[in-house]
Amino acid sequence: MSESFAHSQFHPKWYRQRMSTYWWLWRWAYLKFILREISSAFVAYSVAVILAQIWSLGQGAETYARFNQWLESPVALILNGIALVFVLIHAVTWFNLAPKAVVVKVGGRRVPGILIAGANHALWLVISLVVLWVLIRKG
Amino acid sequence: MADTILLQVTRYRPEQESEPTVQTYETPLRKDWVVLDALNYIKDKIDGTLSFRWSCRMGVCGSCGMNVNGQPKLTCAAFLSDYAPGPIRIEPMRNFPVVRDLVVEIGAFLEKIRSVKPWIIRREDKPITEGEYLQTPEQMEDYHQYSLCINCSLCYAACPVFGLDPQFVGPAAIALAQRYNLDSRDEGAAQRLSILSDHEGIWGCTFVGECTKVCPKHVDPAGAIQRYKLTAAQDWWLSWLMPRAKS
Repeated sequence: MSESFAHSQFHPKWYRQRMSTYWWLWRWAYLKFILREISSAFVAYSVAVILAQIWSLGQGAETYARFNQWLESPVALILNGIALVFVLIHAVTWFNLAPKAVVVKVGGRRVPGILIAGANHALWLVISLVVLWVLIRKG
Repeated sequence: MADTILLQVTRYRPEQESEPTVQTYETPLRKDWVVLDALNYIKDKIDGTLSFRWSCRMGVCGSCGMNVNGQPKLTCAAFLSDYAPGPIRIEPMRNFPVVRDLVVEIGAFLEKIRSVKPWIIRREDKPITEGEYLQTPEQMEDYHQYSLCINCSLCYAACPVFGLDPQFVGPAAIALAQRYNLDSRDEGAAQRLSILSDHEGIWGCTFVGECTKVCPKHVDPAGAIQRYKLTAAQDWWLSWLMPRAKS
């Protein structure tokens, strides 16, 4: 969309403020947004770690043991700890934003957003408990 | 409460300076005064050269938007006492070119509003003799929230995406498109989607969500855009799965 109009040339002195590269430090809301966006990178990292673990399992007991040994190293523990925090931020913010995009109507009335977000959180909790139960049972 | 309050007002007089400066004024601090009242006091009693836009003084016209202490606000709805003891920082709305003092250029904004075809589109208009297009209260409820926009453009001042990319169609225009898409009398959703389903349209939005927070009319443009994205994605999948089906 063009920003030039017939009258633009008669206003050569409009002041245009350039947005700073660090605009996201201006306001807590912007910083929160950037942290939410960065959390995607940690989700990708977590997926990569799980895939690498599965791959190492396929390579034999020795590779798998070596990979698990790396997971126990301080670097991996710190990195995975940070990743866990960001993955949780990602999940919580994602589910909280869901009611903005999804409009559900029951009996002609719009279901309140808190119920849609709540249902997402509840489902997440149930699935997590099932996964935990499977892990404990097998372990 | 003190009797007076300081207002640090951004001045920009293109004929005498190349960059904005700050001028401080002292105005009475009255319980029933809003920032706009203080600006009018300055204009009437202290400095007649100060320029700013305003009209209705009651949150309807959407003219008096400015950044008050960094937050986009309608100055007719921002009480001085909420900012006491001050000083209060008054700046022109961010992300827009400044014409003079607190007046910003909104030509591009109005063009964006027009570009989304904010009117009822019919494939075929029925003759007037057949009467009006009827609508139930429930059908009206679907779009009512989005129809409350007063085009104050505070959402653009709060939107970093618009700040970084002035070509972005922006929150108010997309919410207005949704207002007509969700209207049971309208048949123009496909036309609007073709305008808005590109990078400068709905997909430009990264869902910062500040547009919704600063909206004085609780329009929730961020919600409108996310709903629009969902519809666009559904349409895309449907056209991919059923290429011959006509939406």
